[in-house]
Amino acid sequence: MSEVRKLTYGGAFNEAVRQAMEADENIFCAGEDIGAFGGVFGTYLGLQAKFGAHRVVDTPISEQAIVGLGIGAAVTGLRPIVDLMFMDFICVAFDQIVNQAAKLKYMFGGEATMPLTITTGGGAGLSAAAQHSQSLEAILCHIPGLKVVYPSNPYDMKGLMTACIRENNPTIMVKHKRLLGMSAHVPEENYEIPLGKANIMRAGTDVTVIAYGRMANETLVAAEKLAADGIECEVIDPRTLQPLDTDSIVESARKTHKVLVVHEAVKFGGLGAEIASQIHELAFDYLDAPVARIGAPFSPVPFSPALEQHYLPDAASIEAGIRNLVQRS
Amino acid sequence: MDLSPPVQFDLHRRMVRIRVFEEAAGRLAEANKLPGFLHLYVGEEAVAAGVCAALNDDDHITSTHRGHGHLVAKGGDFNRMMAELMGKSTGMCKGKGGSMHISDLSLGMLGANGIVGAGSPIAVGAAFANKYRGRGQVAVAFFGDGATNIGAFHEAANMACALHLPIVFACENNEYGEFTPRSATMAITDIVDRAAGYGMPGVIIDGMDVVAVHEATLEAVARARAGGGPSLIEAKTYRFYNHHGIQNLGLKYRPDDEVAQWKERDPIFTFEDRMIENGTMTRDRVDEIWAGLRGEIEVAIKFAEDSPLPTPDQILVDVYTSMTGAAQ
Ligand SMILES: Cc1ncc(C[n+]2csc(CCOP(=O)(O)OP(=O)(O)O)c2C)c(N)n1
Ligand SMILES: [Mg+2]
Repeated sequence: MSEVRKLTYGGAFNEAVRQAMEADENIFCAGEDIGAFGGVFGTYLGLQAKFGAHRVVDTPISEQAIVGLGIGAAVTGLRPIVDLMFMDFICVAFDQIVNQAAKLKYMFGGEATMPLTITTGGGAGLSAAAQHSQSLEAILCHIPGLKVVYPSNPYDMKGLMTACIRENNPTIMVKHKRLLGMSAHVPEENYEIPLGKANIMRAGTDVTVIAYGRMANETLVAAEKLAADGIECEVIDPRTLQPLDTDSIVESARKTHKVLVVHEAVKFGGLGAEIASQIHELAFDYLDAPVARIGAPFSPVPFSPALEQHYLPDAASIEAGIRNLVQRS
Repeated sequence: MDLSPPVQFDLHRRMVRIRVFEEAAGRLAEANKLPGFLHLYVGEEAVAAGVCAALNDDDHITSTHRGHGHLVAKGGDFNRMMAELMGKSTGMCKGKGGSMHISDLSLGMLGANGIVGAGSPIAVGAAFANKYRGRGQVAVAFFGDGATNIGAFHEAANMACALHLPIVFACENNEYGEFTPRSATMAITDIVDRAAGYGMPGVIIDGMDVVAVHEATLEAVARARAGGGPSLIEAKTYRFYNHHGIQNLGLKYRPDDEVAQWKERDPIFTFEDRMIENGTMTRDRVDEIWAGLRGEIEVAIKFAEDSPLPTPDQILVDVYTSMTGAAQ
C-alpha cells in the first residue's frame, strides 16, 4: 500500500535523483565517492549501478573543479547534480559558486541558463568539529543568483530535491547530516514542492516560530510540550531559504503578534537577522514584542560533545525561548 | 642498513608508539568511547616515523585528517592526545579540536586538518617564515595521494618552488582517497610525476620501509636546510584499517587479498625482523618495548578518562585572542 510506504530522508533524496534521472538523460551526478561507494552518507547508493559510471561520476578530491564541471556542463545543455560532501567544503569551491555559478546569467545579459544543483551535507551534532559541522546557509543566501533549499523531513526532501533538479537556476540543496536516517511517509510517485513556498507545520495562535532543517523538528517537539500548557505555537518551516516566503511569515506574524526564529547557525548575521528585519519592516505595528532569535554562539563548532551539546539549540532551549517570548505583551 | 643502532631504535620506537596509540584509539572507538571521526594511521607508521626522525624539534610539519601518527612521531604526549580524542579539557586542544584537529605548536606540529589539501599551503608559510628568519629550520607537508588533486596542493607546490623555500612535500600514497581508488581519480600512477611540473626533485620510496623513508628524508631535509629548495617524497604505503575507524560498514571497496598482501609487509614487524637478524635487537627487547609503550597507553587512557570535561563557559573562549569587539 503506497500511502504507508516510508523512506528515510537520505532515501527520499536518492529516490528523487533516481526518478529524475530516469525521466531525463541530460541529468548526471558527479562528486567524491558517490559512484561505486554510493556517497559517504549513502545518499547516492545504487545510482551508479543503475545509470552507469558516465552518469554517476566519481571525481577526484577537487571541489573547485567539481562545481566548475557542473557550471560548464549546465551552461552547455546538461542538467548536473554535483555533490560537495560536507557543507564546509563549499569554502573550497567558493569562487566557482559565488563568482561564477551565481552570476553568469546576469553578467551575460540573460544569455546563460544554469540548471545546476549542488548537494551538500550541513549541520552539527556529530562531534565532527569545526570543519565538518558548519551551517553556512546565510552566506549562500546573501549571494544574488543562488537558491538555497534546506528540507526538514523525508517528504519535503523528495519534493524539494525534485524541484531543485527541475530548476533552471543554480540551487544548493542542504541535507542535514543528523536527519539522514529520519523515516516518514514518502509517496512513490514523483512530486514537486515548489521552491519559495513555506510549510506551516503546525497551526497556532499564540506565537510564531520559524525554523528550518533539524531545528524545525526540535521546534515541533517544543511546541507539543507547550501545547500541554495551553501555549499554541504556529511552526513555520520556510523550506527554501532563498527565495524566502516572506508572505507566509509576515501573515503569521500579523496573526500571532510574537515571533521567534530558530537556527543552528551562529546567531550573528544568521538568517534570523534577515527574517526579523523583514517582519519588523512589514508587520511592526502588529508585534507585541521584538522578533526574538535563537542561534548558536559566535564560535566555531566545538568538538567535545560536552561543549557541542550546549552550543546547539535544542527542544529545551527553544521551549525556554518561546516561554520567554509569550510572557511579553 | 648504514644507520647507527640508536637511530634504528629511535625509528622503531616512534613506529611502535604510533601503533599502540592507534590500536588503543581504534579499540576505544569501537567501544563507542570516542566521539566523532577517527582516521587511523595503522600501516603507514614508517612514513611519519622515518620523516620525523629526520627533523629537529623546532622544524615544522603540517598534517592531514589522518594526523595522530604525525603528532606521535613528532613526540606528541600520549596523555594529552588521548584526552583530546575523548574531548576532555586536559586535551591537546582543550577538547575543541578532537582527532581531526590534533596539534601541538610547541613541537612544531601545525595541526591535523579536516580539509584535504589545506595543510600544504600552511607548510609553505612556515617554510617562508623559517627562511625569512634564517634559523635553518625546515617545514614538511604531509598529505595523501588524493590531496594532490586539489587546487591548494598545486598552488602550494608551485609557490614553494617559485620562492625556493626550505620545504619537503611528503606524500603518503596509500592508493585510496576515502573509498575510491587512485586509478579512478588520476591518470598517473606515481604522484612523483608531478614534481617535475613544479621544478623540484622527487623520489619514490617504499613507504613500508622505515629506513628508506628516513634516508630519503635526510637527503631532502639536508637539501632544504642548505638552501637547495623543495623536494617531493612519495612513500608507497597502505592503511590497514578503514578510512575512518577500524571496520568498514559500507560497501566493500578494497579486495581482501590486497589488504592481506600489504599487511604481510607490516612496517614494524618487518623492521624488527631485520634488526633481530642483523643483531641490533633481540626478540626480548622488542617485547619489552611494546610492553612498556602499552603500559604508557593504559596510563594515558586512565588519565583521559579521569580528566574533566570542558565546561560550557569555554565555548566562547579562544575564538579571538581577546574578546574585545567580538559579537556574542
Ligand atoms: C576539501 C575536502 N574534500 C573532501 C574531504 C573528505 N575527505 C576526507 S579524507 C578524504 C580522502 C583523502 O585522501 P588522501 O589525501 O589520499 O588521504 P588518505 O585518507 O588516503 O590518508 C576525503 C575525500 C575533505 N575532508 N576535504
Ligand atoms: Mg590516500
